[in-house]
Amino acid sequence: MSDLKCKLLIIGAGPGGYVCAIRAGQLGIDTIVVDEGKPGGTCLNVGCIPSKALIHAAEEFHRIAQAPQGPLGIRCGAPEIDFAKTVAWKDGIVQRLNSGVAALMKKAGVRFVEGRARFLDGKTVAVNGSGQVIQAQYIVIASGSAPVELPDLPFGGPILSSTGAMELTQVPDSLAVVGGGYIGLELGTAFAKLGTKVTVVEAEERILPLYDAELTRPVSARLKALGVAVKTGTRARGYENGRLQTSQGDVAAEKVLVTVGRRPRTAGIGIEELALTQDGPFVKTDSHCQSSMRGIYAIGDVTGEPMLAHRAMAQGEMVAEYIAGHAVQWDKRAIPAVCFTDPEVVACGALPGEAEGTAATLFPLQANGRALTAEREDGFLRVIWRQSDHAVVGLQAVGAGVSELSAAFALAIEMGACLEDIGATIHAHPTQSEALQEACLRALGQALHI
Amino acid sequence: MGVFEIRLPDVGEGVAEAELIEWHVKPGDVVREDDILAAVMTDKAAVEVPSSADGTVLELGGEIGAMIPVGGVLVRLEVEGAGNAAAPAPEPEAKPAPQSEQGAGTEPEPAPPAVAKRAGHRLPPPEGAKPLAAPSVRARARAEGVNLRQVPGSGPAGRISHEDLDNWIASGGIKQGGVTRGRNTGVEEIRVVGMRRKIAEKMALAKRQIPHITIVEEVEMGALEDLRAALNKKHEGSRPKLTLLPFLLRAIVEAVREQPGLNARFDDEDGVIHRHGGVHAGIATQTGQGLTVPVVHHAEAGSLWDNAAEIQRLAEAARDGSIKREELSGGTITITSLGPLGAIATTPIVNYPEVAIVGVNKMQIRPVWDGQQFRPRKMMNLSCSFDHRVVDGWDAAVFVQKLKSLLETPAMLFVEG
Repeated sequence: MSDLKCKLLIIGAGPGGYVCAIRAGQLGIDTIVVDEGKPGGTCLNVGCIPSKALIHAAEEFHRIAQAPQGPLGIRCGAPEIDFAKTVAWKDGIVQRLNSGVAALMKKAGVRFVEGRARFLDGKTVAVNGSGQVIQAQYIVIASGSAPVELPDLPFGGPILSSTGAMELTQVPDSLAVVGGGYIGLELGTAFAKLGTKVTVVEAEERILPLYDAELTRPVSARLKALGVAVKTGTRARGYENGRLQTSQGDVAAEKVLVTVGRRPRTAGIGIEELALTQDGPFVKTDSHCQSSMRGIYAIGDVTGEPMLAHRAMAQGEMVAEYIAGHAVQWDKRAIPAVCFTDPEVVACGALPGEAEGTAATLFPLQANGRALTAEREDGFLRVIWRQSDHAVVGLQAVGAGVSELSAAFALAIEMGACLEDIGATIHAHPTQSEALQEACLRALGQALHI
Repeated sequence: MGVFEIRLPDVGEGVAEAELIEWHVKPGDVVREDDILAAVMTDKAAVEVPSSADGTVLELGGEIGAMIPVGGVLVRLEVEGAGNAAAPAPEPEAKPAPQSEQGAGTEPEPAPPAVAKRAGHRLPPPEGAKPLAAPSVRARARAEGVNLRQVPGSGPAGRISHEDLDNWIASGGIKQGGVTRGRNTGVEEIRVVGMRRKIAEKMALAKRQIPHITIVEEVEMGALEDLRAALNKKHEGSRPKLTLLPFLLRAIVEAVREQPGLNARFDDEDGVIHRHGGVHAGIATQTGQGLTVPVVHHAEAGSLWDNAAEIQRLAEAARDGSIKREELSGGTITITSLGPLGAIATTPIVNYPEVAIVGVNKMQIRPVWDGQQFRPRKMMNLSCSFDHRVVDGWDAAVFVQKLKSLLETPAMLFVEG
């Protein structure tokens, strides 16, 4: 088999890798992508997309189940769910997107090689399986991340990673979620809505420990209302006879979902031999996502937090343009992050107290007409603004469906908006987005609806 | 019809800008793709820049001698189709003073005072905070090589708009020094390239290789100044005006006759001193791009006015960039004069591989004790440096004293023998 040659080789076809490939292809760069799985990476195959499908199904089921007890006067019988069918529907969406990504790469003239890439040197990789050798002028490491395993709770059998949880074909009677970060809470909430008895075990003092208590309180309240038991300050010790042992007693659990974080996928690719400078477990990169070795770039989860698909996509796009000779640089101000919990949490920019000289102003969704008409008045929107010049440096919201506000949040911060800009912009009524305008007006002492 | 901008391509490794040395086209010319538009000089070589499109030349990107940054607009063409640039804004015509509708005689309304909007809570963003600017502004600043931290933003919270960026670029960039309301943390990066790099290398070479000895002596200029004024009056309009330099040149020509070791080039690699018969005097000249040293060749053969005219011509050629390479080389001794800025004393650096440089300081009336009383005299210092490897202090001092006596008794400059 003759060696393949290309200008740009991308290791990994996740959101970082495939976006990098498409843009590179559009810019006329001869590009090859290597991935052992289907295009789309964790996000599309076993992450963002399938989990959102499950969350949607669970929400629909839960609404129907709750409707007769609600104030709307809806009468109906108890719903049932054929979970195998739900999973098949979810898999169908994933497949559709898989082939969509493959088609987009093909359209951009990108070659896709299936297999696991391994560095032979800084310009050459070998692909496991076929043994194909590929030489490239530039290499982008976009190998992503994998769930962290706990030594006392190795994956397998009833012990599930997030990937395993999305492959269940039956709704378990009981589920213990070890790790109260956003992945565990999203899936835990979904199963709780499907009727599973869910217990969340978190070692820190509260759930979603990356965020402040004010922001996560509505999520905690909702978990309680959904009957999810939350044990904070508690460590999981092991699993035996259908019971999860913890530092605060046993928890009955048919399945255990371990979501204690993700680690960069650097092993098995030969990155160690290249002796790239590391930043902890991650590949250290500069403002052009270039590693310590010239011509080798790294994007996405393998470069560290925040491990978010849209960050990887933006990095991939930038690297492709940089390699094409454009004057680009990683200068993003705002990387929005969304937790698809119930209620949803969206955060962008600085949290309260994170940036010097800032103040936080909050607008409760109780004062928002749209929230009331959707039966969901829990939550609020919060603006973090600089006192010296009113620049908006952070925006957060918690509430049902607030994930869609992420666009407004990121746009405001990326464009350098200040309170007066947002306050003077007409926000459509009745929408939740009015809370953004009102929070800014309130910070200026000019709130209208509170 | 569209406007197509042809930008200066990357003309070589590490070259950030290039000097325009020749235009092959002028506005109105029709050019075809691959026609040569201009020649530019990098510090390595002259490079011809071809057109990348067919079209009619609208505008040239600079005068001969201008430094064009790589990526800077070289030529704007009018082309068939859309082009790649926005049409240039029409030059604002000089508007007549606005006429009031009430008729002549009334004062035009005063322009609103240019005050910062909502200055109330305006403070510079905290140190370390990134400047507020939309992504498109940031991208353009990067492309233009502008550090946004230095650009004053006119928007709320000091946000930088495209217009602010335009103004900043138009104004020539960084604001340095001066009292500001907040800390000015701007740092402008200036790549030392082209002419400046040449000067830096040459200066470092001279200072590294040559152990300098500098002698400062004062010269009474009264007699020479009287002579100069008389000659200029006599030939006013018919001959070039004489400055001090042609007299000094004549004095040097005379002085090196007795000390040929000072009119020389020292090849220190081969250990050979080349003493020249002719005096090729470099005249340090400040140009827009920096210091150059055009050379008056064979100063010994020129009359006072010949040399005056030649000095004048070379200085102009150096400043407008038309000077030829051979006019910048081959010097055997150099004169450096800052005129009225010439200070009391300087420590000139010998123009390697020459061995002597004559520095002219400022002329001023100083009290001079004549044995009975102080008298006002036109005095001027000469600060001369020498390569001490091949010029002993004695020789240097003799040379300076010779210059002094020649200048103080200018008749000696013109008397044979």
